[in-house]
Amino acid sequence: MTSDSASLSVTYAGPSLWIRMMAGTTGPVIVVLLAFVVIWHVAVIYLNAPTQIDRYNRAGQDWTAAQLISDTMMQERPILPAPHQVAQEMYKTIFTVGITSKRSLVYHSWVTLSSTLLGFGMGTFLGILLAVGIVHVITLEKSLMPWVISSQTIPILAIAPMIVVVLGAIGLKGLVPKAIISTYLCFFPVTIGMVKGLRSPDHIQLDLMRTYNASKWQTFWALRWPSAMPFLFASLKVAIAISLVGAIVGELPTGAQAGLGARLLAGSYYGQTIQIWSALFTAAFIAGMMVYGVGRMERRVLERMGARP
Amino acid sequence: MTLKAVVNNVAQMPVSKDAVVDIQKLTLTFQTADGPVYALSDVDLTINRGEFVSFIGPSGCGKTTLLRVIADLEKATSGDVSINGVSASEARQNRAYGYVFQAPALLPWRTIERNVTLPLEIMEMTKAERVKRAHDALKLVELNGFEKKFPWQLSGGMQQRASIARALSFDADLLLMDEPFGALDEIVRDHLNEQLLKLWARTNKTVAFVTHSIPEAVYLSSKIVVMSPRPGRIIDVIETRFPKDRTLDIRESPEFLEIAHRVREGLRAGHSYDE
Repeated sequence: MTSDSASLSVTYAGPSLWIRMMAGTTGPVIVVLLAFVVIWHVAVIYLNAPTQIDRYNRAGQDWTAAQLISDTMMQERPILPAPHQVAQEMYKTIFTVGITSKRSLVYHSWVTLSSTLLGFGMGTFLGILLAVGIVHVITLEKSLMPWVISSQTIPILAIAPMIVVVLGAIGLKGLVPKAIISTYLCFFPVTIGMVKGLRSPDHIQLDLMRTYNASKWQTFWALRWPSAMPFLFASLKVAIAISLVGAIVGELPTGAQAGLGARLLAGSYYGQTIQIWSALFTAAFIAGMMVYGVGRMERRVLERMGARP
Repeated sequence: MTLKAVVNNVAQMPVSKDAVVDIQKLTLTFQTADGPVYALSDVDLTINRGEFVSFIGPSGCGKTTLLRVIADLEKATSGDVSINGVSASEARQNRAYGYVFQAPALLPWRTIERNVTLPLEIMEMTKAERVKRAHDALKLVELNGFEKKFPWQLSGGMQQRASIARALSFDADLLLMDEPFGALDEIVRDHLNEQLLKLWARTNKTVAFVTHSIPEAVYLSSKIVVMSPRPGRIIDVIETRFPKDRTLDIRESPEFLEIAHRVREGLRAGHSYDE
């Protein structure tokens, strides 16, 4: 009996590292990332080869396949830059220039991030306010809801310049117009989510509050608001990502002074694809971090609300 | 004891001065897309202080609706409902009753203690008072020690006990219970019935209890109201004379079986099988 269990404990060493990695999220994420990098390299060669061959021909130069492949990844203005070019550019513009420099991605990121966060804050507040009104006042539900929905059918690219121009005319420039565009985009998921969330309490729970003769206000704080928390956080994750989109779009018509949107625009003016891709990756990274941040906040709040671990 | 001694038809008895619930000619009709539904028709009922009244009948007989009318959760179409001498709506505003629903309806983000203090918060009691009352109420349902647990950490029976503690916490004299043990298994149910009886004996509250279990109704009640469906009406009112400190053993006594038989007869008479 004892020798049996001893031999068992010796022979069984637990699942291999490979199996454990693939069972969690690390393995799959790495696989997808590798596939992405491979596809990217193939696309770089395929897209940049024609211009590179053209260049060889004009210089009257002989070339080999190996040389072509290596040269497609080192063009100054490629159609599609290689990952290491983007990485180099990002390293250069994030770590080697002062963060107050106009060439620093940190500076541009901060410009965009600040209006993103301001817009997100205002949008969340507005979204919750509208939801509370819609849930409590029938007239508001009937009059506001169609407007809330149709507001999102207008392409933001069309309306963003109008907002910037109109607000510019009344003296509002810089941060605020961009934040307002973010607000315009991100109040919507918050309103929709919160209307659903504030209405999520059961009939039986609402009846319970009625037996206590609770006021609307008391029912709101004791029942509706806490019930709506999971809905709120789901909405906030969407809202913060599109808030960033709003801020970037808001930077396009301002004449490309500062911000990630300005970097994108300037890059496209001068064919600086490497610059465009660095700005895009920076934006994606910021969006990812913000969604992650909201997720962390959600976990902490729901834990405090006694959610099952 | 003969059947006559144990059982009294009290429908004709004069209305006591100590009536907690007094219902006269109550009718309730729901207007639905398929036409009117006659939920309750011509209901007269008096519940006196300290009574344990069970409402029994098949589903759709309006027993839950009747309880909800008493609680002012439904409005009567016609007739009078008075609770402690005032209207049902006024009684609700005075927090005259504690209501226990079919499901525990605990708020999942509150601990058991804070679920029990919920009505007390709404009544704006001080924190010290709330904690003290929650402690007392949880002791009554034998849940002390579970104050800091969240609802999902408790079994279904314990959750329902917590919801009873919540209904008891603000010490209303009237307890309205809508099939509180309907979703629980037989053994847990027996145990909770015993506890409920002890609680009733100790606190001298008036209890209105909806059930569709005949043994439960007979075991618990001092008065059994038998109802029939379409339209919901009272077809028999049976008074039992078991002592307040009865035990589960009485269920084998001939008196118990006689009353159960009479309830069953009433239910059978009121139910039309020719549909």
